[in-house]
Amino acid sequence: MARRPGTGYLGVVVRRGSTRGLDWRLGPAESGLLGHLAYSQRLTVRSRTERNWLGPSPSWAPQADLFSPRSSHSGGKLTLLCDAKTDGSFLVHHFLSFYLKANCKVCFVALIQSFSHYSIVGQKLGVSLTMARERGQLVFLEGLKSAVDVVFQAQKEPHPLQFLREANAGNLKPLFEFVREALKPIDSGEARWTYPVLLVDDLSVLLSLGMGAVAVLDFIHYCRATVCWELKGNMVVLVHDSGDAEDEENDILLNGLSHQSHLILRAEGLATGFCRDVHGQLRILWRRPSQPTVHRDQSFTYQYKIQDKSVSFFAKGMSPAVL
Amino acid sequence: MTPSEGARAGTGRELEMLDSLLALGGLVLLRDSVEWEGRSLLKALVKKSALCGEQVHILGCEVSEEEFREGFDSDINNRLVYHDFFRDPLNWSKTEEAFPGGPLGALRAMCKRTDPVPVTIALDSLSWLLLRLPCTTLCQALHAVSHQDSCPGDSSSVGKVSVLGLLHEELHGPGPVGALSSLAQTEVTLGGTTGQASAHILCRRPRQRPTDQTQWFSILPDFSLDLQEGLSVESQPYSDPHIPPVSKNAKARTRKCSLVSGQGRENKSCRGWGWGQGF
Repeated sequence: MARRPGTGYLGVVVRRGSTRGLDWRLGPAESGLLGHLAYSQRLTVRSRTERNWLGPSPSWAPQADLFSPRSSHSGGKLTLLCDAKTDGSFLVHHFLSFYLKANCKVCFVALIQSFSHYSIVGQKLGVSLTMARERGQLVFLEGLKSAVDVVFQAQKEPHPLQFLREANAGNLKPLFEFVREALKPIDSGEARWTYPVLLVDDLSVLLSLGMGAVAVLDFIHYCRATVCWELKGNMVVLVHDSGDAEDEENDILLNGLSHQSHLILRAEGLATGFCRDVHGQLRILWRRPSQPTVHRDQSFTYQYKIQDKSVSFFAKGMSPAVL
Repeated sequence: MTPSEGARAGTGRELEMLDSLLALGGLVLLRDSVEWEGRSLLKALVKKSALCGEQVHILGCEVSEEEFREGFDSDINNRLVYHDFFRDPLNWSKTEEAFPGGPLGALRAMCKRTDPVPVTIALDSLSWLLLRLPCTTLCQALHAVSHQDSCPGDSSSVGKVSVLGLLHEELHGPGPVGALSSLAQTEVTLGGTTGQASAHILCRRPRQRPTDQTQWFSILPDFSLDLQEGLSVESQPYSDPHIPPVSKNAKARTRKCSLVSGQGRENKSCRGWGWGQGF
């Protein structure tokens, strides 16, 4: 089958029980990734016409998804998003809409943007954050708004961002307790949601607000113990890589989380600078498989272009602009 | 060589590599990175120790007990004593389940053992401890627990102690890493090329010069090792890049002086960077 030049899709089309049936728009390099994903996740049949980047359509069963909460050691996964010399927030928007569509209970600690910002982008991706919040599926901590409340208003009860008022805040225990309370199962007799998910955008802000790297790592550690291990849910966190060699705290945070992560998605700007048709490249690194494998390709790199309602991925040098 | 002879030879080389890492006892430092994780090798060593009949203690701080035990059969799992510091390492739950003194308290408690059975203590991970404890405190505890089988004047025959410490290199500066390196009898630095892992093994044997070798390997699902033929660099004297080469005449003069003055015995107790190991 002839390969049509053009954009490709990541993790879109596979055939049942086979690693060879792949999106015809992808070349051999991309097919290796889908083959690996199919093998590791036992993906089932999908339509080749479905378009969704970095994940399946809303109709996809969660357990068949690349980023499924299930794993062989019966625990959830930690996915680390990292961006260097570019804006990796498109990954955050993807995971937010993806997990809401998958009927997961989502706790979103949003420290960078307002609720309306995420809501507007979510609408483009087919989800209503307002409705999700109203029906109890989404617990949204709006950091920008909460920070003003914490600093300028006396709080009767411990606030998740209590550390902003304290001169020597040693830990993020109140924030962890907020997350635990938001995602704890409700004893209503009938489970409305599939799996809990914690999404954080982004952790580097906590360093800027005066918390130490180890305190942030402790917070993530407790979240992993609760969300991933106890509740069998997933976590997705974003950390910026400033590239500043003197920012030791950020390096400790980034490397510490990297060692704890099952999957690392690193969005990087192009070394050659801005390009209209290629907005950056995405490095995918699988880590800590539940079972060690003999020979395994651990990392993949794709270039991408962000469009209005989707993102196109393609192999390096295969952008439509250069073909 | 017939295929069966090759298989036995392969198994023999696997055991030789694992045995060489555990033979010296003391602190075995496993230095890994984000790209080349070391927990699989740690689990392979844990399995080897358990099969040898040693007491195996796991101080689990970084991953859950279920995740650490995954891949071991029931025979191995039954031999492991797991100390869980993953669920609530800082006692945020304020329950009485937390071990008094936390991971450091548990490590210090192991210094007080008196039975003669060899023991292996796996620290998962040493980096987790080093980020939260003063380096000097941790080094003192490691020195005490890894040298309790060689305490002078101790009438009780305490069995050999091996401490396996998983260290994530990118998290620490050269000072703490150097301090831990000076305590280690064996250092394993993980690396590799695309799809193939390697282990650079540095051994500091008593009364011998440090030796180093590189072994290419992969870890199978049952945490046994698959060593790669033809790529290993044989053991050779370790050349510390920070120490200038010494001429043969200078070595002879130094050796003669040491024998006359008895200074050689003092040098054997020196640790770190190869000093006192045959110079």
